[in-house]
Amino acid sequence: MQVPAHFEYQRATSVEDAIALLERYGPESRIVAGGHSLIPMMKLRLAQPELLVDINGLADLGGISLAGDVLRIGAMVRHAELLASVTAGTHFPLLHDAERVIADPVVRNRGTVGGSVCQADPSEDLSAAFTALRATAVIEGSAGVRRVPMREFFHGPYQTAVGPAEVLVELQIPLSNSATLAGSSSAYLKVDRRAGDWAVAAAAAVLRIDRDSVVTEVGIGLTAVGARQFAAVEAEDFLRGRQLTGEHIAEAGDIAAQHCSPVADQRGPVDYKRHLAGELARRALHAAAARADLAIIGRL
Amino acid sequence: MTAALTPGTSGRRPDPFAGHASPMGHGNMVRKEDARFLRGRGRFVDDIRLPGMLHGAVLRSPYAHARILSIDTGGAESHPKVRAVITGADLERRGMAWIPTLSHDVAAVLATDKVRYQGQEVAFVVAEDRYAARDALSLIEVEYEPLEPVIDAHRALAPDAPVIRDEIPGRTDNHIFDWEAGDAAATEAAFAAAEHVSSCEMLYPRVHPAPLETCGIVADLDPVSGRLVVYATAQAPHAHRALYSGIIGIPENRIRIISPDIGGGFGNKVAIYPGYLCAVIATSITGAPVKWTEDRSENLMSTSFARDFHMRGEIAATRDGRIQGLRVQVLADHGAFNGTSQPSKFPAGFFHIFTGSYSVPAAHCTVRGVYTNKAPGGVAYACSFRITEASYLVERLVDVLAFDLGLDAAEVRRRNLLRPEQFPYRCATGWEYDSGDYPRAFELALEMAGYDELRREQARGRRTRAETGEGTVMGIGLSFFTEAVGAGPRKDMDIGGFGMADAAELRVHPTGSAELRLSCMSQGQGHETTFAQIVSEELGISPDDIEVIEGDTDRTPFGLGTYGSRSTPVSGAAAVMAARKVRERARLVAAAMLEVSADDLVWDKGRFHVRGDRAAGVGIGEIALAAHSGLELPEGVEGQLDATCVYNPPNLTFPFGAYLCVVDVDPGTGQVTVRRFVAVDDCGVRINPAIVEGQVHGGLADGIGMALMEVMAFDTDGNHLGASFMDYLLPTSMECPSWELGKTVTPSPHHPIGAKGIGESATVGSPAAVVNAVLDAIGVRHADMPLTPAHVWSAIQGRPLRTDLAIG
Ligand SMILES: Cc1cc2nc3c(=O)[nH]c(=O)nc-3n(C[C@H](O)[C@H](O)[C@H](O)COP(=O)(O)OP(=O)(O)OC[C@H]3O[C@@H](n4cnc5c(N)ncnc54)[C@H](O)[C@@H]3O)c2cc1C
Repeated sequence: MQVPAHFEYQRATSVEDAIALLERYGPESRIVAGGHSLIPMMKLRLAQPELLVDINGLADLGGISLAGDVLRIGAMVRHAELLASVTAGTHFPLLHDAERVIADPVVRNRGTVGGSVCQADPSEDLSAAFTALRATAVIEGSAGVRRVPMREFFHGPYQTAVGPAEVLVELQIPLSNSATLAGSSSAYLKVDRRAGDWAVAAAAAVLRIDRDSVVTEVGIGLTAVGARQFAAVEAEDFLRGRQLTGEHIAEAGDIAAQHCSPVADQRGPVDYKRHLAGELARRALHAAAARADLAIIGRL
Repeated sequence: MTAALTPGTSGRRPDPFAGHASPMGHGNMVRKEDARFLRGRGRFVDDIRLPGMLHGAVLRSPYAHARILSIDTGGAESHPKVRAVITGADLERRGMAWIPTLSHDVAAVLATDKVRYQGQEVAFVVAEDRYAARDALSLIEVEYEPLEPVIDAHRALAPDAPVIRDEIPGRTDNHIFDWEAGDAAATEAAFAAAEHVSSCEMLYPRVHPAPLETCGIVADLDPVSGRLVVYATAQAPHAHRALYSGIIGIPENRIRIISPDIGGGFGNKVAIYPGYLCAVIATSITGAPVKWTEDRSENLMSTSFARDFHMRGEIAATRDGRIQGLRVQVLADHGAFNGTSQPSKFPAGFFHIFTGSYSVPAAHCTVRGVYTNKAPGGVAYACSFRITEASYLVERLVDVLAFDLGLDAAEVRRRNLLRPEQFPYRCATGWEYDSGDYPRAFELALEMAGYDELRREQARGRRTRAETGEGTVMGIGLSFFTEAVGAGPRKDMDIGGFGMADAAELRVHPTGSAELRLSCMSQGQGHETTFAQIVSEELGISPDDIEVIEGDTDRTPFGLGTYGSRSTPVSGAAAVMAARKVRERARLVAAAMLEVSADDLVWDKGRFHVRGDRAAGVGIGEIALAAHSGLELPEGVEGQLDATCVYNPPNLTFPFGAYLCVVDVDPGTGQVTVRRFVAVDDCGVRINPAIVEGQVHGGLADGIGMALMEVMAFDTDGNHLGASFMDYLLPTSMECPSWELGKTVTPSPHHPIGAKGIGESATVGSPAAVVNAVLDAIGVRHADMPLTPAHVWSAIQGRPLRTDLAIG
């Protein structure tokens, strides 16, 4: 039986309390949210924190709501809650696309949105989703609250902008790309080897087009293919300001494929993953476009 | 029952068993064991807690091949909760560092000189709790000198390959055995004369049965009586007792093996593993019971894997696809020790049944076994002693033949399937198939699937795709398998010197309830139900009143356990014969009770009555009571009705089936969706049809798993790339369609109730159907399992992958 090494456990009573505990115990202390990334690593003894600071039950970190021009998603929102949220799905269908293919219902019942992005696993689906949506992370420490754009959040595999004594409080997604606006929508597509498997590759697409089918804003996120900050910036730059045509989407896919740097593993060789990056980016763009404006399909 | 709960009125699925009492004999009934399993009340090895029990943990090698320079256990020994640390050197002093395998080899218990695969056992820590045991592992210091590993089986016999088993004096290579079957000259002649020859290299990759419950043991040596009680995950408790006795020198009468509920075995729990022996030694050192339970990674890395056959098959045929000959060369990767659990005289198991279900005039195979720096094993995962490999080989070859000749795969099978009048059929490699009507099963599968319409749909789809370049492609895959199970006749087969007959002891209690004691061992197959029904059918006692006892060497007769689908063919037959003995004894008692001649009695399931007078009769319960009473018993009855039978099967039984799989493949991503799976099985007489179907369901899921995702690959350093369920993928219900099952019933002529084994049929038959379907969809001649999205896409690009190595 796999068993973790010895550790202490404290249940935080508030965000401030959590921060205080992290500061007091130093770098060997870790936040535990849903525990679905951290605890497996502890059982394998790949992680051996001395103290777990439990933030489950902190009401400040929960909830999905509209606030001004953003949708805010609390760090402790479970995958299952995000999947069930009509508000989130209405504004950003890609969040539901992604949640549907993250792990399995058991993991989704416990795993959290905040834990997902703080884990910063290169295969984490929500990282690419929030990147494409240009979300902002709200981070709190003893010095106060900071706001970090998603595209500056990831500092490398398993490394983020969240400091050792900080807590991710929530993610905020600008409503400017809400699917409730005409000509705007999003989609997420993933290839896995089996239900519940981590992505071989996945792509997120967020699109806004004007009345002439010109792309006014676009976000393309890529999962598990070594895209910097999970974003296909070059492909976004190519599409922005261009007419949304089948050819342009195909070319954006090619650009996305060129600019990522996947590594070979048992999920597939580099050429395949690179191909998938392009193929899925293309398909996600098509799916987002189809949702944004049904009339456009005929023209693609 | 209220009206609202009546099936069909509440929207709930109707309960197929509602309102039915257990059948008297064969038929559907709810499994007796499910009441406890569904309530979480099963009792597994890890549930056992004995007073003062200690916990073991195994230190394992991080290297695939390395010399051990030194082991320092001092740090671990000074851990306050550690009670003992055992190393190979300690075992060497007891003469137990190496133990004999079931395949004429020896295997290390704890490494002494070298480690030979990643995950090999190096030391065993015994501590007061399982946390401390694990903590102490990191306090043991082992100095290794890494050596070049042999990973690719094709490199094992290269002249410059490092010698893995250099502890054996005089050994200069990694060759284990060469074995052949069939007639080489006749096959050569058939190939020389053939109009067409197709050949194909194919790998049946190393996979793992991965039972839900990992392996474990609680060993308890009573220091006063010297009696050893072992609670273990053992599919073959009696064989284990004999082997422990031989290894540790305690006579069998002082060893008791108890196998409680087992959470899946699939051949993974046949062998005796180093962890078990370490626990046994640890209980003798500490004087306390010692528990050791594997974790998932340990199970995947070190216990019996399955397959790993690198095969080159050739098929000779006429231009219209009539098979003239089959020839196969196999390179078998056995890992670092030859530790296959199979009948001793068959180093490649029953692989030589590779002519499958076809009329093949000439056939020949050679199998070469080699050592590599991987875990030992090979015979597991419902393989029927390597019939999985054989069946996959021939079913792939037939498809390759159809591909090369431009013929329809169903038509090629039709032209070659054995005909009913050929039975009993002796195949070119010597097996005698007992019974079968293959065309009937085959045509039924095609009809259930709507084969012709599927082919038309496929043609339409191909046209659309050619025009638009979009959409998925559909593929249809067939397989027809023949199994050989129920090992086996004593004259032909033994395991470790023990003949493969099974015993059954049937005790009928005074009021007519009964208990059946068996040597086989359920691992989830529903023995408590099936075997109760077998006796019920013979004696007319309700299955609810028949207790089936297995898994305790103190309470059951000797026999070799459950694997190779042998329980119903062998133990089931023993139970029938014991019940029939009881019945004949009951006839004599009934005759005395009714004061008539035994010959004048007629048996009417549960009751003897006088011929011509139904009213003059006695039931089995009354007879049982009389047999235990003061009634003066007739000659031939000593009292009571109990009976024993040791059943030596005259032949194996030969279940068969026709499978058809329909897949949709997305060529842009390589993803495969299994749309439909039609399975027609013939396992002879079905005792409990629902249990039979359950066994088939599981095996079909196995087939999807192996065909599409399961594999244990290794990188060039010998690192195991499938050592957790994140990397070793098992299929889920999401990958499985709603199975479409059909059946034909061709009784076995030599089994007392005509039953054949079913436990492994679907695992044997299904992988080829899935692979054939995927390759049919993408129009590729061959690519190895598993057909992951990456592999399917690469195969479409004309670059199929080597699935046993790290993807580069
Ligand atoms: C079987 C399985 C399959 C999975 N499959 C997928 C998949 O397909 N796709 C996918 O994207 N994910 C997958 N996951 C991962 C799952 O989504 C993540 O485990 C989960 O969302 C992480 O969240 P958590 O709440 O469990 O984090 P935890 O495990 O509790 O924490 C993860 C890390 O984040 C830190 N952390 C957590 N919350 C905060 C916070 N508010 N502020 C600062 N730091 C914080 C913790 O200290 C820790 O370092 C899978 C997991 C499992 C077990």
